[in-house]
Amino acid sequence: MDKPAHTGMNRTGAQMSPLHTPEQKAAAEQVRPTVPGSARQLAEARQEAVASAEPVGSVPIPGSIKGAVKTVAQKISGHNPAILIDKLGERLAFERTGVRLYDAMIAKAQALGEPQDKLDRLQHFRDEEAEHMERVKEAMESLGADPTAQTPSADVAGVSGLGVLQVITDPRTNMAQSLDALLTAELTDNAAWDLLIDLAREAGQSDMVPSFEQALRQEQDHLGTLRIWLREALGVKNS
Amino acid sequence: MDTITNLLDAKGTPLDRQRFTWREMSNAPISKLDDDAFTRVRVILMNGIETDALRLKHIGARMFGELREPLAQVRRVEQHQQTQINWLLSADHSPLETTLAYEQVAIEVTAAVAQNEPDPYQAQTYRFGLLEDFDHLYRYAAMLDRLEGKDANNILQGYTDIIPARPTADHHRHPDDDLREHYDRSDAALITKIHAAMITAAEYQTHDYYMNIGPLFADPLARALYAEIASVEEQHVTQYGSLMDPNESFLEKWLIHEVMEAYNYLSCVEQEDNPRIRAIWERFLDYELGHMNLVMELFKKHERRDPAEVLAGPMPRLMKLKSQRDFIRKVISEEVDLRALGINFVPREDEGQLTLDYRQHLHSQGIPADIVSAGYSWHPGTELNRPAP
Repeated sequence: MDKPAHTGMNRTGAQMSPLHTPEQKAAAEQVRPTVPGSARQLAEARQEAVASAEPVGSVPIPGSIKGAVKTVAQKISGHNPAILIDKLGERLAFERTGVRLYDAMIAKAQALGEPQDKLDRLQHFRDEEAEHMERVKEAMESLGADPTAQTPSADVAGVSGLGVLQVITDPRTNMAQSLDALLTAELTDNAAWDLLIDLAREAGQSDMVPSFEQALRQEQDHLGTLRIWLREALGVKNS
Repeated sequence: MDTITNLLDAKGTPLDRQRFTWREMSNAPISKLDDDAFTRVRVILMNGIETDALRLKHIGARMFGELREPLAQVRRVEQHQQTQINWLLSADHSPLETTLAYEQVAIEVTAAVAQNEPDPYQAQTYRFGLLEDFDHLYRYAAMLDRLEGKDANNILQGYTDIIPARPTADHHRHPDDDLREHYDRSDAALITKIHAAMITAAEYQTHDYYMNIGPLFADPLARALYAEIASVEEQHVTQYGSLMDPNESFLEKWLIHEVMEAYNYLSCVEQEDNPRIRAIWERFLDYELGHMNLVMELFKKHERRDPAEVLAGPMPRLMKLKSQRDFIRKVISEEVDLRALGINFVPREDEGQLTLDYRQHLHSQGIPADIVSAGYSWHPGTELNRPAP
């Protein structure tokens, strides 16, 4: 039922237009650019824009009750408390999106006739992502932070994840293409949990660490399994 | 001249039988990789034409109370036609890749129209605008290469050259220099009226598309480039819109629009090589003929005039939508240095002070099109694929 890569009438390459391509190349070689320079001009203009740009937004002040800020600031040591809250917000948002990525992946796997044991594993991973979201939510609440707010890093992670979502929800993509996209998310997720554990520890929040370490172990299982499935989908032997 | 003889005699599908399901409207898209670039050209062109069909009818409804019902009825069908067409674009097109496709539409369709247009001044106007859209393609190709690391030719499929023409930095004109002389409704050929309505529609959708997607980009230069070229597209809508006779009645304009829509669907039917897409063109040709007949009856009823007054005269077939490379190269070599002064096309050194002042101020803090394309030459596989010297 899967739709593996096949050869066909792909028209995008220069070789597919043996008459047009030499004409196009000749024109591009004969007609000089109207503006001298190189991609350097673009880089310089970007630098100028970076220097004057405002950040995407701010980390919300924990709690709406007067005095909450002080309480939280006292709780978090070593680091700017905003950094931990920002990254907790990111993890929460990422895991929440992760649930939706697995929802779409399960639908695809079912449609493509993947075996029941694989569907069960996908469902298990999906439920673990939901459970990770809960872990982060509890951690944020323990600090008086608002788990419903979108922190700057949560927002930016959402932008990064859009491509993954587009690939998995496209009905035309096959198992290997969708697994590849999911692998991108899981690789990021693994690195992010690893970082968050260190961040929590350095911020004096060691009570969060066991819970986060358990999440990381589960994410490592997701990642390892996806790597194997991707190889299987492409017919590559697992080493 | 190869002409269409009996298009206007056909009755088409009655309005009450023009129905859709959501499944039909949101059906499988074309393949960005495997379908011919001209299939996508037709999809984008017809989307633009249907958008303009809605636009014209909404404006009409604001002014003519007695036409509100038929306008609303036809609009609803055209809304769904447009949806079915626009939803054929697949999600693996990045907004910038779709932009390249939009410029390919502007270039190849305007080049076809310029060669078919019997009125020399109107044809000159199409050639003038063509050289600007052609240059936009080059600037956007540089942007695609330097932003996304992609080859514009994956979209263009070899049909369209990627070289500068009249530089985008020179397109910005005072509004007075974007107005053109309009045709005379009483003696212009039907095909002249069709062309003006058609190219205005196409440019309008390009303008609206850039205005919608420009802010979606994070890159500050991409945002700026869309701001700059969207402004030129507004100039083009001004230019092409002014080719139409403002003395035409609303119903006359509506009638011309419906004939224009049918004319374009007919050309799609004749030229489409994807059978699934051709079936859509065939169905919508019949729908448009139904609309046209409805408007002919309204024209008789409300204006007490014979539609033949408007629809008389030979109608040439649309030139084959194919690579117009040789024609475009000729136009570049002969007309790239033309500029506009009022309704006239003049040598570059004769540009007016109004435009020079307008442009100088716009450019006073940098020119996005120049920045993104500095030193850019297209090469198969992107400029990063160019062998080291």
